[in-house]
Amino acid sequence: MSDLTKMSAAQLAKAIADKQTSAVEVATAHLDRIDAVDDRVHAFLHVDREGALAAAARVDAGEVTGPLAGVPVAVKDVIATKGVPTTAASKILEGWRPPYDATLVERLRAAGTVMLGKTNMDEFAMGSSTEYSAYGPTNNPWDLGRIPGGSGGGSAAALAAYEAPLAIGTDTGGSIRQPGAVTGTVGAKPTYGGTSRYGLIAFSSSLDTPGPCARNVEDAALLHSVIAGHDPRDSTSIPQPVPDVVGAARLGATGDLSGVKLGVVKEFAGDGSEPGVVSAFHESLEALVKLGAEIVEVSCPHFQYALPAYYLIAPSEASSNLARFDGVRYGLRTGDDGSRSLEEVMSLTRDAGFGPEVKRRIILGTYALSSGYYDAYYGQAQKVRTLITRDFEAAWQSVDVLVSPTTPFVAFPFGSRTSDPYQMYLADLFTIPTNLYGGPAISVPCGLSEGLPVGFQIMAPTMADDRMYRVAAALESTVGTLTPPTLEATA
Amino acid sequence: MAAISREEVAHLARLSRLAVTEDELDRFAGQLDVILQSVAHIGDVAADDIPPTSHSVPLTNVYRDDVPVPSLTQEEALSGAPDAYEGRFRVPQILAEED
Repeated sequence: MSDLTKMSAAQLAKAIADKQTSAVEVATAHLDRIDAVDDRVHAFLHVDREGALAAAARVDAGEVTGPLAGVPVAVKDVIATKGVPTTAASKILEGWRPPYDATLVERLRAAGTVMLGKTNMDEFAMGSSTEYSAYGPTNNPWDLGRIPGGSGGGSAAALAAYEAPLAIGTDTGGSIRQPGAVTGTVGAKPTYGGTSRYGLIAFSSSLDTPGPCARNVEDAALLHSVIAGHDPRDSTSIPQPVPDVVGAARLGATGDLSGVKLGVVKEFAGDGSEPGVVSAFHESLEALVKLGAEIVEVSCPHFQYALPAYYLIAPSEASSNLARFDGVRYGLRTGDDGSRSLEEVMSLTRDAGFGPEVKRRIILGTYALSSGYYDAYYGQAQKVRTLITRDFEAAWQSVDVLVSPTTPFVAFPFGSRTSDPYQMYLADLFTIPTNLYGGPAISVPCGLSEGLPVGFQIMAPTMADDRMYRVAAALESTVGTLTPPTLEATA
Repeated sequence: MAAISREEVAHLARLSRLAVTEDELDRFAGQLDVILQSVAHIGDVAADDIPPTSHSVPLTNVYRDDVPVPSLTQEEALSGAPDAYEGRFRVPQILAEED
């Protein structure tokens, strides 16, 4: 394994800028690493070797400059990349090459990053384990028999396997943070509206938030600062300046949290979390207290309703968003033998193109939105969203951030939760409240349980993304980063 | 909360334009029942006076000056279509002959 693949994004950007190495050498090292290990990890659905080397050559020629010039990045396959296959890990979009770039991809290119390819995920970002990819699961580099989290398992695994120093994910109910937690990497969900959704293949429009994945907090902040900011093409994009997340991360890395109040949510205790997860969380709290932070217990009584509210709102929006996959404008068409009507072809196409989790959620969403059930399910879930927002706003009266474990359990073995969908949904128990509220949250590695990574979640008020980066970097300064063991022995 | 029947799943699948198999009907009916029972207690909270929240940020229309800007070409817009004809999306027949 090349030393270049072990370096952070910040180190790579500096080394390239100082001409200690070239962008082409850095891209080649990562492409070679992908060649060496990705048959075991399966983090990528598509590797764009030619495009990456061409982009790197432009950086070396001085044609492209920017804060992350020459740094490789992997992009979740739910994000449109011009001319590069984009499938959302679904058969219904197999072979589709978008005719345009998502806004955040334009910004990545403008910042000089080199896109390596597209990462694996649960189909249409629906899942908590990347077992629902139509192209086969991604394996967790910590233990290849375990899940890498979902839905952004490919992005997180690519980092943990040293195939990329940076990756982009999307977080609808925890799909950046939960994979970060179970792979020992950093994943941040920015404030909803802080990063543009233009060019994302929509799952749940009121929740979907693209964000950065990295191996350390500073790198996540660097990537965050590149992709965030107002986009007039997205009506939900917030027209405000991006907080100085990089400065906040660097301040946090000095290890001083004097005067910072951390809120621990009373209702998250006794939720059935694994004992190893609970101990790693409490040890981290003690470490943060030693840095000067104060711990305050807060009550958020409606957080217990977040999971059911999410599993009504998200499928409802999905059932509407996925109506566009009709076999007419792009992607798969099945059964068009001249004898069938448009409606029959559409039904056959959607049956052939969508996997089981997607179908389940479309049907659930159609049910929740249907006449007679709308008020009891969808309408009630939207009211719960109000109550959860009020819980957050009340908490901000007494604390600066809220903290919790990111997930109740460490990476589980493949197949152990697929038979009962609700057991799978519990993986997102701690991450979902933030999505309903819209605020930012980050997961940082905080130790091991049974040899597997545990994540520590920090939630902050809307547009106070810098605050969470400060606490995250402080925690990292005291507990350190994690080094995945598995592939090193066999690579 | 009502349990969800196999027939109801079949009806929802038709509304969703999903040609599900008999096996899927059985599986989804069982699974959706479990999910709906798990989320049923959402009805225990939120009184009538609680306003619903559909989005965490206020939605505003996106206006710009009425100036023509480049968009996708017709060729680009059709580039992912499974079937196209003379610059348009071609679809299967909408009405059967007997209709």
